[in-house]
Amino acid sequence: MKKEITLKINGEEVTAEVEPRTLLVHFIREQVSMTGTHIGCDTSSCGACTILINGKSAKSCTILAVQANGKEITTVEGLATADGPHPLQEGFKLAHGLHCGFCTPGMMLRAVELLDKNPDPTEEEIRWGISGNLCRCTGYNNIVKAVQYASAKMRGAELPNTDPVFVE
Amino acid sequence: MIPASFDYSAPNTLEEALKLLQEIGDEAKILAGGHSLIPMMKLRFAEPEHLVDLNNIPGLSEVSMNGDTLTIGAMAREVDVEDSEEVAKVFPIFKDAAKLIADPQVRNFGTLGGNLAHGDAANDQPAVMLALNADLEITGLDGARTVGIDEFFYGFYMTAIQEGEILTKITIPVPSGKVGNAYHKLERKVGDYATAGVAVQLVLDADGTCISAGIGLTNVNATPLRAERSEQALVGTKVDDAAIEAAAQAASEDCNPSSDLRGSEDYKRRVVKTITKRMIAKALERANA
Ligand SMILES: Cc1cc2nc3c(=O)[nH]c(=O)nc-3n(C[C@H](O)[C@H](O)[C@H](O)COP(=O)(O)OP(=O)(O)OC[C@H]3O[C@@H](n4cnc5c(N)ncnc54)[C@H](O)[C@@H]3O)c2cc1C
Ligand code: FES
Ligand code: FES
Repeated sequence: MKKEITLKINGEEVTAEVEPRTLLVHFIREQVSMTGTHIGCDTSSCGACTILINGKSAKSCTILAVQANGKEITTVEGLATADGPHPLQEGFKLAHGLHCGFCTPGMMLRAVELLDKNPDPTEEEIRWGISGNLCRCTGYNNIVKAVQYASAKMRGAELPNTDPVFVE
Repeated sequence: MIPASFDYSAPNTLEEALKLLQEIGDEAKILAGGHSLIPMMKLRFAEPEHLVDLNNIPGLSEVSMNGDTLTIGAMAREVDVEDSEEVAKVFPIFKDAAKLIADPQVRNFGTLGGNLAHGDAANDQPAVMLALNADLEITGLDGARTVGIDEFFYGFYMTAIQEGEILTKITIPVPSGKVGNAYHKLERKVGDYATAGVAVQLVLDADGTCISAGIGLTNVNATPLRAERSEQALVGTKVDDAAIEAAAQAASEDCNPSSDLRGSEDYKRRVVKTITKRMIAKALERANA
């Protein structure tokens, strides 16, 4: 039997009927037609489907759409504002934090919560912080740089070197 | 992968949830964080007809240190315990374990209650709870009862929670004396279940004699295992090298690991011995700090 749910996705209220077994990621991609949230492994391992639920990063392939009733969801489509891209989006672009881009939306949403809880993380904290997100392309170094850039920008600190081939 | 069809309720009170569970009977399954259950449902290893979601019930997620007791609500998330500096003062073991449980997203959702109620010897919190001598509060329509951690795990995926009951609370005694605890597991990669894991808690008197020891083992037995002979090898000693060696040797002999993708039985026994030694040493260091 279908259930009615009402939730906010990137600030907009959405009401819909879903089967209880509908996974949140399928709801977002197929019913709301926002395809920025990716499905990588479908087994809770890769983090490509990461979104924010009430500000907490979550694997949307492991959560039912009915569980999101009454919640506020943020997906990659909600990161940029009228003023321009989010500092993380800027960082990923400048530092070449992506190659194919498949992991990128999940990686960025995870990093949003990481920086929210810990605005000035060490490199080790960033690496542990994104340990639930797999990237098959970059080797992670430039993802770390992208997060460091966003951290500096959001704190108003001096911006680090984002040259993709720069190694300290 | 999509689970088989089921019905879903999200009651707002514990009473309502218990009534629902009773009405629906054995086709009902409790949904907590969902991070063990939903993956199993996607693989169709579990096909419950009705999920009773506990997430809308207030008051089940407290984490508080209250004099001589640490109380953890069954619906407290892994991250709630991981982030609590108050808990970490006496029980740094929770930070040790959290870092090795899955990843940040999973810890945002997975609950302590679910980690225990799942009854999986591969989960990490059961061994921690064995080392810390936790008591579990299980609530049914007739009221609540308390079960010691040693009476909780019955068999593969089986616990003392009966049909129609909900695990509501975990309480952990704060021992008096010098206390140290530590957890470590060997994992092949981040997010993997343990090849083997060891939780240790030591309580020492003023001159450093061990007055009690708790040692729990992860994923080397059909159920989470208390290493009783290892504990006995430490109590009454100054936890010197000989006592540590004897305790670690006993743990490696008393566990029952099976050979699988994570390693052979022999290898796992050696891993248990090594980690047991290291965790006793770490707990000792923390007790003396
Ligand atoms: C990728 C990944 C990696 C993981 N790695 C680890 C790891 O390394 N170590 C580890 O320990 N865990 C790991 N887990 C499991 C994770 O910690 C789970 O969240 C946890 O085991 C179960 O908690 P839950 O709240 O999600 O429970 P759920 O999945 O909601 O429930 C699990 C079971 O317990 C029952 N249940 C839940 N709560 C109650 C209650 N209050 N009363 C009665 N019954 C209840 C449910 O009915 C169900 O049968 C991993 C999970 C994933 C997805
Ligand atoms: S698709 Fe959800 S974790 Fe990989
Ligand atoms: S950029 Fe290709 S998977 Fe990360």
